[in-house]
Amino acid sequence: MHFTKRGFLGAAAAATLALAPLPALAQEWEPSRPIDFVIMAGPGGGADQIARFIQSVVEKNDMTSRPLVPNNKGGGSGAEALLHMSQVRDTDHTLLVTLNSFFTTPLRQEGLGIDVETFTPIAMMGVDPFVLWVHKDQGITSFDQFVEEVKAADGEWVMGGTGKGQEDSIVIAYMAGAYGLKIKYIPYDGGGAVAKDLAGRQVMATVNNPAEAKGFYDSGDFVPLLAFSDERMESYPDVPTLKEMGHDFSYYNQRAIVGPPGMSEEAASYYRDLFTRVYESEEWQSYLVSESLSPLWMDADGQRAYWQKQVENHRALLAQIDS
Amino acid sequence: MEVLGFLADGILMALEPLNLMLILIGVSVGLFIGAMPGLGSVNGVAILLPVTFLVPPGSAIIFLAAIYYGAMYGGAISSVTLGIPGASTAVATTFDGRPLALQGRASLALVTAAIASFIGGSVANVLFTLFAPVLATLALSFGPPEIFALMLLAFATFVGLGGDDIAKTVFSICFGLVLASVGYDQISGAPRLVLLDISGFLHGIGFLVLAIGVYGIGEMLWTIEQTRGEVTTTTPRMTVSGMLADTKEALARGWKGTTIGSFLGFFVGVLPAAGATPGSLMSYGVAKMVSRAPETYGRGNPDGVAAPEAANNSASTGAMLPMLTLGIPGSPTTAILLGGMVIWGLVPGPRLFTTETEFVWGLIGSFYVSNLAALIINLAFIPLFVWMLRMPFTILAPMIFVLSITGGYAATRDMHDIWLIVIFGLGAFFLRKFDYPLAPAVLAIVLGPIAEPTLRQSLLLSSGDPSIFFTRPIAGPITVIALILIFLPALKYLRRRKPAAAE
Repeated sequence: MHFTKRGFLGAAAAATLALAPLPALAQEWEPSRPIDFVIMAGPGGGADQIARFIQSVVEKNDMTSRPLVPNNKGGGSGAEALLHMSQVRDTDHTLLVTLNSFFTTPLRQEGLGIDVETFTPIAMMGVDPFVLWVHKDQGITSFDQFVEEVKAADGEWVMGGTGKGQEDSIVIAYMAGAYGLKIKYIPYDGGGAVAKDLAGRQVMATVNNPAEAKGFYDSGDFVPLLAFSDERMESYPDVPTLKEMGHDFSYYNQRAIVGPPGMSEEAASYYRDLFTRVYESEEWQSYLVSESLSPLWMDADGQRAYWQKQVENHRALLAQIDS
Repeated sequence: MEVLGFLADGILMALEPLNLMLILIGVSVGLFIGAMPGLGSVNGVAILLPVTFLVPPGSAIIFLAAIYYGAMYGGAISSVTLGIPGASTAVATTFDGRPLALQGRASLALVTAAIASFIGGSVANVLFTLFAPVLATLALSFGPPEIFALMLLAFATFVGLGGDDIAKTVFSICFGLVLASVGYDQISGAPRLVLLDISGFLHGIGFLVLAIGVYGIGEMLWTIEQTRGEVTTTTPRMTVSGMLADTKEALARGWKGTTIGSFLGFFVGVLPAAGATPGSLMSYGVAKMVSRAPETYGRGNPDGVAAPEAANNSASTGAMLPMLTLGIPGSPTTAILLGGMVIWGLVPGPRLFTTETEFVWGLIGSFYVSNLAALIINLAFIPLFVWMLRMPFTILAPMIFVLSITGGYAATRDMHDIWLIVIFGLGAFFLRKFDYPLAPAVLAIVLGPIAEPTLRQSLLLSSGDPSIFFTRPIAGPITVIALILIFLPALKYLRRRKPAAAE
């Protein structure tokens, strides 16, 4: 398949060569090798699914001359991926698919010496909200009832999540602080494992991205109680937000594409253009809807400012957890 | 029965020309990907995922499942002929497959592997068809304490078996556990045992790195030293009658391992988080434990080839079960398949079985067809693989070395792991000279990363009270059996000592 495709591209390139004026050709940067598409999480999780979805959109619509090759480096909450990005030699053929550990991991592990603000912004593909879930057999139907039950459990209320300092633990810590809840928190190695143990009632509640719990919500096993988004979510119009309850807190997982520090301006603009097309594709737009992601498109400067703000926010949130 | 009607439809769907062609291509591709050291079904499925847009989702998953299936068959090939595990799922196959090959019985080992794979796959398919919903519920009732108890049982089978020196076995397990704990700690997120601050240790020591080092490089050095390079791997039989004789012998001498692997592998595969690699290692351990002649294991016992091979096929079908019924991956490969389902516009989860009947049963039907196709294709290629062994070892050894190195690199694309493979290879050679069993270390590096977090999660659940492993209805009995097995050799030893002291 690759041979024919490459052959076809070769022919197309030759045709362009014959027709186009030469100076225009020299300006266009194009990848000359397969692109290392680093994912800062293991296979099967939310970030991995998104990366493979993007890869498939690119492949299906033939958007690049060289393939994106997914490369899972999930070790140490993404520290492995961040180190890889900061040490990579071929900065123009390496991209990172991020989640919020992009902000939290360098803060929690200062020894890594990673400053994410030196990374090259490429595209913000959307943000993923968080929802509080319980199993239907728990018999809880509202957030008020949830608060009561947790208090009644007196420290024996068990919640599962993806680990201390991870996105869901930040949300849980804030919620627990705001309502004076005592929660026993069990770390797992991914959102899928967390959802499975809620389905099997090994844990009593979880905070997950909608995509990870959707199958069980559709079957009626999971009940959403509270959303941590700015406004009520379209797919869950009856679920109140924490903001409505009078707490000024919302939290999203960023689904962004980032280049390593030192990526050339030509390459960065090539990739920005590429991912703009992915973003505008029909496939991505319907993915945003089906997986309940919120759009949050911004340009490179916007992303830099957003990063700065997020780093500050997370510094404060993590300080709260540790105290 | 309603189920049989669905199954008949599914098999007919799998036999449609397009699907049948995809199955044949998928199985052949899988066979070769599985046989290449370092590349396993995960790589095959991940690489070919984008290609599946050209066909409807039902056919796409059939294609990917066929690759998965073929890879389970293929893994045995390099394990037996070269002594390098072709995939992580085939490591246990080297334990007895390689000695058989060195005795000139490579064709017997390969035929045993193929037949055990077929039977394992068939048993799993039938169990899957009949009991999928019940088993899904069972899988959910396995929380952290149950999984830890099961891991304990797996270690117990390796300690409790006779034959090997127990102190050395325990040492080997502990060594493997230490290697398994290198890198980031999943619970606290802190880095551990990062030797000399080398960043390559941060992602931990991969299981394949140890396995390729020990079985690829270590085995090669061992063979060279034993034979001074003058190996004549005899002339293997390759005639039809020869293969028929091998088939008979495989059935006669490998049925026990096949039975154990088929059922145990399926069960372990169904549990999310486990997958085919632990399933095959545990089946090997159990087969050796219940055997009347455990000392023949590791020296070319066909049961030792049959057990892991039957298990890895039945586990790979088993791993599909939580994926289809719950939307939860049972192994790394099924995790990628799940991603594929999202891309094809399906919603994985408990409702998939009812809303996408055709898709689900088409896939199940394809298991039956793929299994048969894989058996036939595999048997047809065996003479070719055996023929490779006619090469003098002086030519094979450099090939093994190169395949080990490239295979190790392909898995992680990190030079750091190559150095580790070489170091482990040398280490394994010397440990072997002192008669240390190395299989337990390999087992420990696979099961350690599952056992450790579940142990800690369980203790977090119980606020540090270890009785959680005894009081829960499923975990309790498993823990008790595991403890008995662990202490059995000590009891035996004491009983043997007493009469001796009385004399």
